Amino acid sequence: MTLRDLLIKRKDDIVKEWFDLVLEAYPDESKDFFRKQQNRFANPMGHNIREGISGLYDVIVDHGCDSEKAAPFLDQIIRIRAIQEFPPSVALAFVLEFKELVRREVSAGHEELSEEVNKLEQNLDKLALQAFDVYMGCRERIFELRVNELRNLMFGALERANLVSFPAEGEKEVKENKI
Amino acid sequence: MADIPKPEELAKIDHTPPETPWMETPTVFRDGMWCYGAKPQNIEAVGMPNPREWSPKDEDWKLPDNWKEIVLDGMKDRLGKFRSFKLFMDICVRCGACADKCHYFIGSGDPKNMPVLRAELLRSLYRKNFTLGGKLFGKLAGGRDLTMDVFKELWYYMFQCSECRRCSVFCPYGIDTAEITMMGRELINLLGCNIDWIQAPVANCYRTGNHLGIQPHAYVSMIEFFCDEIEDVTGVRVNPTFNRKGAEILFITPSGDVFADPGTYTAMGYLMLFHYLESMGLDITWSTYASEGGNFGFFTSHEMAKRLNAKMYAEAKRLGVKWILGGECGHMWRVVHQYMDTFNGPADFLEEPVSPITGTKFENAKSTKMVHICEFTADLIRHNKLNLDPSRNDNLVVTFHDSCNPSRGMGFFEEPRYVIKNVCNNFYEMPSNTIREETFCCGSGAGLNAGENLELRMRGGLPRANAVKHVHEKHGVNMLACICAIDRAALPTLMEYWVPDVEVTGVHELVGNALILEGEKKRTTDLRGEPLPGMEDIEDEDL
Repeated sequence: MTLRDLLIKRKDDIVKEWFDLVLEAYPDESKDFFRKQQNRFANPMGHNIREGISGLYDVIVDHGCDSEKAAPFLDQIIRIRAIQEFPPSVALAFVLEFKELVRREVSAGHEELSEEVNKLEQNLDKLALQAFDVYMGCRERIFELRVNELRNLMFGALERANLVSFPAEGEKEVKENKI
Repeated sequence: MADIPKPEELAKIDHTPPETPWMETPTVFRDGMWCYGAKPQNIEAVGMPNPREWSPKDEDWKLPDNWKEIVLDGMKDRLGKFRSFKLFMDICVRCGACADKCHYFIGSGDPKNMPVLRAELLRSLYRKNFTLGGKLFGKLAGGRDLTMDVFKELWYYMFQCSECRRCSVFCPYGIDTAEITMMGRELINLLGCNIDWIQAPVANCYRTGNHLGIQPHAYVSMIEFFCDEIEDVTGVRVNPTFNRKGAEILFITPSGDVFADPGTYTAMGYLMLFHYLESMGLDITWSTYASEGGNFGFFTSHEMAKRLNAKMYAEAKRLGVKWILGGECGHMWRVVHQYMDTFNGPADFLEEPVSPITGTKFENAKSTKMVHICEFTADLIRHNKLNLDPSRNDNLVVTFHDSCNPSRGMGFFEEPRYVIKNVCNNFYEMPSNTIREETFCCGSGAGLNAGENLELRMRGGLPRANAVKHVHEKHGVNMLACICAIDRAALPTLMEYWVPDVEVTGVHELVGNALILEGEKKRTTDLRGEPLPGMEDIEDEDL
């Protein structure tokens, strides 16, 4: 049995454990809600994280953590984590925590796969770095949106009140240089 | 030799939250979650207490020595004055039906954003100070003393409720959490601790008549700017009037429609509709004094809401109009529908509104004398009075976000949908548990649409954005319509973060695009200057 075979066979259980690990960061009262409410619109966070890690699982197992394939799933999870109360070390811990889940599987009678585990872990390290990029992208987006809101409000109002004047398209500031 | 930790031990980060009961879990003020404190000049301008320079991040909030007494006396006063407040403090059985209905809780997982627990912050003070059980048994009976930390916690969470009332829909007792938040905010305001994003609009509105402090001449300039834009797009010059005595109808809309995109395009839609109806007998005026439909006093105190609301009736009386037509606004309509009549009514100097075009009597507005523009327009369409070309909106695939206040505050579901379906050919609903009375808030209501609390807004808006994303992926929805100025200000940012391909519009922008004006030139663009469907390659000079 290869590591891939093992992970495909055990997918449902591992994804469930992984999801539970992600939820560990939330208080008990909230954890239950995120875990139990199955309606995707009543529980968008639970739904997106579950769907995101399930998709990520397939990318890890079948595509060697291919960055292009992983991107939408990382985004689905991290876009939410980036606006919650967590420092990046907690928001992104779920990628590295997957190592522990794999080790647990392998140590339960599949020690011969440890060589393959090493390779997987190297890929997961790359995935963790990619996750950091996604996280920073989300944070930068937040700051950008904040600046845009303020700029649009102020400039828009001034423009509409005829309090500012901009050169029209194609208009030259000095028509002829006679100096 | 010390044990070297194994890799799995190093990788293990303990991020389990503390397992203390909520009363013992201290509240930490996170940046991105709170708004700046009210500036002294904005407190002073409306004669409210304790103006001073302060920041919610400061250790010392510069409260008067007897601040506890002020809060508890204020609570006692309100418990006596508002029967609903007393009931809401007493009757909650903590069944938890509301717990997972709040968008801030759903987006954050913070238990203190469960409506039941947020209300409990105030209820614990009520129990300790106003019930025998609480006085005798304190914490055992769910009571706690008012300390500075408790007050700060109350402040932090009272400004994490957008008073949207979604939780109230699910409460078996009908407890209106928005009213609890209102009471909490009133108590906070007794100590001058409002947020400036609310206090500044209150002060501006009181002084100049609108949130941004736009003076009359600038207000007129802004609307004339729209007239120029409309002329560019349609070739027709519209000529609104201002402060015109003797007009039949006074039009009042949130100032967001005048100063903030994309509300400005909605304002153009109003102007075009009024111009269209002029020859059919519409006699309407704008006001540069009642230049604000919104009422941030409503997020401050009942008294302040009443003072700001009064200008609508005062201006209607001064101009001698028969009735008031109101624009697309959220909380304005909740104030009008549920409070205006008892705040400042009866408006017996006005007449029961009748559409001058169709003769329809708006009996639901018999008391307040104020009609929602979507209802007015829906009635026009129903009577076949508008010449519409919905294909001009064919580049749009539209969904409708029920704004909290018109939907839950006045049961206003069908009229905007009826209008949209008549001016657009592509309309798709979001899932049923995210619209109508179960609609999710934009995450920025009740004065929380500031810049400094953007993380809070993005969390609170997650459930709404998630539903939009669904119809975007399933049906290709690219336009989110709404009938609230705060929505129009807040949803574009929310969309840019969660669903970047979806834009935001007011309903009357869509009307403006579809409406065929008499004598108009062949239109090549919509009101935003974007090419109309099929006109992508046509330049103006080709026509």
